[in-house]
Amino acid sequence: MRAPSISAVSLAPHRVAAMVLRYVYLLRSSWTRLLELIYWPAVQLFVWGFLQFYIAQNSGFFARASGIFIAAVLMWDVLFRGQLGFSVSFLEEMWSRNLTNLMISPLRPIEFVCALMIMSLIRLAIGMLPVTFLAMAFFGFNVYSLGLALAAFFLNLILTSWAVGIVVAGVLLRNGMGAESLAWTLMFVLMPLTCVYYPVSVLPDWLQVLAWTLPPTYVFEGMRALLMEHVIRVDLMLEAFVLNALYFGAGVLGFLALLKSARRVGSLLQTGE
Amino acid sequence: MLKTVEPAIAVDQLVKVYKTTRAVDGISFALEPGSVTGLLGGNGAGKTTTIAMIMGLITPTSGTVKVLGAEMPRQRYQVLHEMNFESPYVDMPHRLTVRQNLKVFGRLYAVDDLGGRIAALARELDLSEFLDRPTGKLSAGQKTRVALAKALINSPRVLLLDEPTASLDPDTADWVRGHLERFRKQRGATVLLASHNMAEVERLCERVIIMKQGHIEDDDTPQRLLVRYGRQTMEEVFLDVARGRGEARQAAQ
Repeated sequence: MRAPSISAVSLAPHRVAAMVLRYVYLLRSSWTRLLELIYWPAVQLFVWGFLQFYIAQNSGFFARASGIFIAAVLMWDVLFRGQLGFSVSFLEEMWSRNLTNLMISPLRPIEFVCALMIMSLIRLAIGMLPVTFLAMAFFGFNVYSLGLALAAFFLNLILTSWAVGIVVAGVLLRNGMGAESLAWTLMFVLMPLTCVYYPVSVLPDWLQVLAWTLPPTYVFEGMRALLMEHVIRVDLMLEAFVLNALYFGAGVLGFLALLKSARRVGSLLQTGE
Repeated sequence: MLKTVEPAIAVDQLVKVYKTTRAVDGISFALEPGSVTGLLGGNGAGKTTTIAMIMGLITPTSGTVKVLGAEMPRQRYQVLHEMNFESPYVDMPHRLTVRQNLKVFGRLYAVDDLGGRIAALARELDLSEFLDRPTGKLSAGQKTRVALAKALINSPRVLLLDEPTASLDPDTADWVRGHLERFRKQRGATVLLASHNMAEVERLCERVIIMKQGHIEDDDTPQRLLVRYGRQTMEEVFLDVARGRGEARQAAQ
């Protein structure tokens, strides 16, 4: 056995890789899990894609803003499924009553979080890449034509999804499976405020203030500016990134505080129902 | 001058309070390296909470736990790679095969020559025939052997066991006990075993700590406990302690 590093904050790539391997084994063990990753994004794409077709036939404005709903649904899926990929991988440990084994192993919390972030990316790639090609084939919308802006959108959305995923994982550690529904529903609380399908200006003034505290709002506004006005709003992306850095840092601190609290109340031993 | 050996596990005035319940109430003990100790007690006696505090899973309300000199949970990363745990109440991922599970845990513990270690454990614990089968599809006895393989993957210096033979048939349980005895002798590991099976405790343990309502009620070798309580079996000693007859019998002796 190799000598371990002592620091609680040090990060050992071999332990992160071990956890990623564990989740890859799990994905490989079930083709239905793999199919499910593609299924819902594809359903969303077709619903919103055909709606876009219909509206475009009856509205000059939407004809000009070609692909706006399809881009929005793809971006929303990055946000929602990024968080889900993080949270579901974490939930797998609770469902299989394996969390105690991990918590008594040398695995550091930060390594666990890194593995969950990597799995979020892997699950997102499996689910979303085929759907982007379906968008090209069925609706003639090439999301990759957004170029560098797409990278900025993606980075900001995935950071928000991880920040939410980290907090959900902490709450699950602290409160057990009673909090499982948070993993599936929390992002939908944010959905109306992040203005996925409509501009922030349609919200009442007081809600607009709240909406601008959420990084995805900047991304969706930036996306509309690009598709409708052909303007890359770098300012919006930078503001979103600053907010994301704050939320991500707060998420990690919150996770560590909830883990500490879980050790105090003994909930790390109660990993089942 | 006699050289003092540092205990493998040192528990000092340990207290754990959950809201208003004192699950563990000021217990102290020290386990010598290489010893096998049984932790006995009825349901709610505080055994599992004590073991969880030794593993660093639960923070004590007061008192200290040291494992191989490291204070738990504060310094846990100094020693977690030297420890392991097995319990029938903790599972491994069901959909992964036995080999995949052992690979993942072997990598977490940075085991050298992992393939060789898995092969050796498969031979010793008779896992070879189902090494590539999903863990969830194994029988209770097979799952226990796999859980034991996981607990031994890093050849721990400190092994904590929570009812390791619960729900096993007598033959499999006896086989598991035999393997634990061999492992302890070969590795010189310190073993702390929580159990309700008195025959198991008599066979494996050279020392027994009996807990009740968060306290240590008695702490001695099985032989001396039998003499002191005037009983033939540890089961009778356990019942005396559990039903509060211990003091009366000891006084009568």
